[in-house]
Amino acid sequence: MLRMWRQRVTLTDLVIWGLGILILVGVVWGSIQTLRLGKYTLAIWYDLIITGLALGGVYALIALGYTLVYGILRMINFAHSEIFMSGAFTATFAADALYQAGWWNSYPVLSLLIVLLVAATVSATIAFSVERIAYRPLRYAPRLVPLITAIGTSFFLQYTFRGLYGSGQKGYPDMDIFQGAIVFGDVRILKTQLVAIVGAVIMMVILFSIVQYTKIGKAMRSVSEDKETAALMGIDVDRIISTTFLLGGISAGVAGILFLILFPVAHFFMGFVPGLKAFTSAVLGGIGNVPGAFLGGVLLGLLESVGPSLFLDGLGIPAPYQLKDAIAFTILVFILIFRPTGILGERMAQTKL
Amino acid sequence: MQISAPSFSWKEAVRVGVLGGAIAILISLVGMVAAFGERYIVYGWFSMGQVLFLAPILFMVSLTLRREKASTSSKTVLHSLLAGAVGGVMLAVLVLLGQVINLRAVLVNASPRLYGMLTFNQGLPAGPFVLIAVTALLGAVAGAYHLLPPRWQRTLSQAVIWLILTGLMRDLIMNIVVRWRLVGELFKTVLFASSGLQPIGAIVLLLLIGGLVYWRSGQPAGRGFSLKNQPPTIRWASIAGIVLIFLTLPQILGVYFSEILDNVMMYILMGLGLNIVVGFAGLLDLGYVAFFAIGAYTMGVLTSPELRAEPLTYWQALPFALVISFISGLILGLPVLKLRGDYLAIVTLGFGEIVRLLVLSDWLRPWLGGTQGIQLIAQPRIGSMVLNTQEELYYLFLLGVGIILFIAIRLKDSRLGRAWMALREDEDVAMAMGINHVVVKLLAFATGAVFSGLAGTIFAAKLTSVYPHSMNFLVSINVLALLILGGMGSIPGAFVGALVLIGAPELLREFAEFRYLVYGALLVTMMVTRPEGLWPEERRRLELHEAEEELKGAEPVPAS
Repeated sequence: MLRMWRQRVTLTDLVIWGLGILILVGVVWGSIQTLRLGKYTLAIWYDLIITGLALGGVYALIALGYTLVYGILRMINFAHSEIFMSGAFTATFAADALYQAGWWNSYPVLSLLIVLLVAATVSATIAFSVERIAYRPLRYAPRLVPLITAIGTSFFLQYTFRGLYGSGQKGYPDMDIFQGAIVFGDVRILKTQLVAIVGAVIMMVILFSIVQYTKIGKAMRSVSEDKETAALMGIDVDRIISTTFLLGGISAGVAGILFLILFPVAHFFMGFVPGLKAFTSAVLGGIGNVPGAFLGGVLLGLLESVGPSLFLDGLGIPAPYQLKDAIAFTILVFILIFRPTGILGERMAQTKL
Repeated sequence: MQISAPSFSWKEAVRVGVLGGAIAILISLVGMVAAFGERYIVYGWFSMGQVLFLAPILFMVSLTLRREKASTSSKTVLHSLLAGAVGGVMLAVLVLLGQVINLRAVLVNASPRLYGMLTFNQGLPAGPFVLIAVTALLGAVAGAYHLLPPRWQRTLSQAVIWLILTGLMRDLIMNIVVRWRLVGELFKTVLFASSGLQPIGAIVLLLLIGGLVYWRSGQPAGRGFSLKNQPPTIRWASIAGIVLIFLTLPQILGVYFSEILDNVMMYILMGLGLNIVVGFAGLLDLGYVAFFAIGAYTMGVLTSPELRAEPLTYWQALPFALVISFISGLILGLPVLKLRGDYLAIVTLGFGEIVRLLVLSDWLRPWLGGTQGIQLIAQPRIGSMVLNTQEELYYLFLLGVGIILFIAIRLKDSRLGRAWMALREDEDVAMAMGINHVVVKLLAFATGAVFSGLAGTIFAAKLTSVYPHSMNFLVSINVLALLILGGMGSIPGAFVGALVLIGAPELLREFAEFRYLVYGALLVTMMVTRPEGLWPEERRRLELHEAEEELKGAEPVPAS
């Protein structure tokens, strides 16, 4: 038994495990220190958790685009973060126009619907075109080729929008009905955060039902299982792939608006970091798995929001909030190394990669 | 398999025109047309900006004509004219729309200047018609070009391309020839204007190049000059000549262009390193900038008096920097050994970002300087001479590139190099053949890291300071883009890629703003049309087209 174990475990495994344990010990030790010193009151912890949930909802919606595309094409759609950006950036102009016209606060629901429609349309159009122009010709190319194409597309979109809308930052107007907070005892939720959480949950439920219960969703799932067999069963694979990109685009567009409600500034580079984190969420939950994207998003949002105060502060690291992105990326690296299938994922990553 | 229509139908013509027009509108609205408006090809006649919005229409028409194998009838010309006109109408609609609505509120580049450029400054009622007439004419020219015999086609296209390139390279060429009095005067008065070419010079150049190409394409094929076929004396003489040119390049080019050259050399160093990781071993590393940062920061930490009481000199710190780069390559390599393909790319990207965030953080500030970076980094000295001008640093880069080039060439056909390529082509088979994939992969990462670290040390010495902001993800993308342009796995490809992607944009300063837009478009186009790169490595090319060959072979013959 012991010999078998020794033969199977290599030096690299030991190093990796050692690294993992080191980080785990650091996290646990840091958390204990923070809690023991009692630097933060309970109210602050609730605040951080709510912030994390709101952020996590947005990540989850973006992550959905990665997951859907990965499920079907087995490729990381690197340009998805730019699909998110394009919708949000364009929507700020619509919001600004509505604000100038005075509709923003007199007809808030209608305005919100218009802005959502603009964002979802733009994102979906871009997603659809990207698939048609860049990815479709490469459907049977070696694996690195579509990935490099996706990176190229991402840069192309980023700097196209920089050229179109300018390199400056564009503010998204606040809505009066979203001002203020709701208080339940110790827990204080900003209305914007509530909107983000509720919006994300509604969108998630809609998309999950589309994938799970409609005919098109069934077709999507069958294409993701096996393209050739699905085609033999009379499914138009190209159309289903396009639909998938459209769905991913719509959810990215909605995510863009929710993101703007939380952080009301748009610029051409706004997609990169949320995109990478959403990808992390997708991987964390199990890429290719729709509920997994939600779980991963919420988990990552929480870790990113609570983490710096919880374990980095306890380790005596100054200004721990600067390292919140580093936490997200570290999670990404470690999930991919230790459990590339994610929390809910099947062994999908193994079979095709 | 779809059998293409035998002739270029009018429906197709409209479609092509719309597509070309859409691309032209995109290029205009992104701001490229206006930015290149002052960059003349032929002074006072036409500028790079005009080339940029006319070229897509022309390109789409000629691409379709070539693909459709259109019949050689007068209809071809007519339909090409139609396609051109449709493209022109789209641009004209943009101009008219711009008069009615204030597009500028959203699209920052929809400026009056752009409209002026698009309508050739002909004012409002006439302008759009002039525009449509020009594009229609261009479409017709493309159609007529298609009907020409191949020898004339080559003559015409080469002459135009060289004309544009010469016009764009005006500054560089003038800078070189200005030392030779007589030639310099001649160039200055006859050929070049203050920007671009003189009209007379352009005509002379066009005839000259056209004549040359026409004459050459009449010669029997297969008389290309290859060093391998020459007797040894000529071979060595040409090699010596090339070396001599490289040694005297800064003297020929002057300070400003030497600095551009230094940047190109730095990217060649990194390109050769990433070429080992991505090109040879097939491990897509998107966090490559991390090693560059580690090299530069090690140099900074060890030699800057800001952080150490007894700073080392450049040469003393160099071995440390290289060893630390090597070790960090191993450290990155270890955890990602089991990952393949896209997951590997994302993990390395994450690593690169983590390194950058750590350097930026207040936590490591006492050691790494935080956002302020590190200043006063030592410059290398030889004897009593300090290498601090761009020309002198060029020789340092040249030495570095020389050594790295030698190592890369030797590695390529070594046992290790072949093991890398075997891993790239099929990891499982390679392991079954007895290749120790752990050692081989780690060595790929570590070698690439050392090359990049070396580039980082010279970069630190060149600027005498390092900042976390210069270590961002875009550097990795630059290196990746140049490798893909040149050809992954191809050593000369790294040189070609660096010259084109790093050198050329510095010559055209307007280009800087659109750099990554063009890189992105370039990556996509290269992957779709020519994934093996401009100067492909033979084995890689075969590999990339293998799947296509199989598909072609496997494709069922359509029942007729």
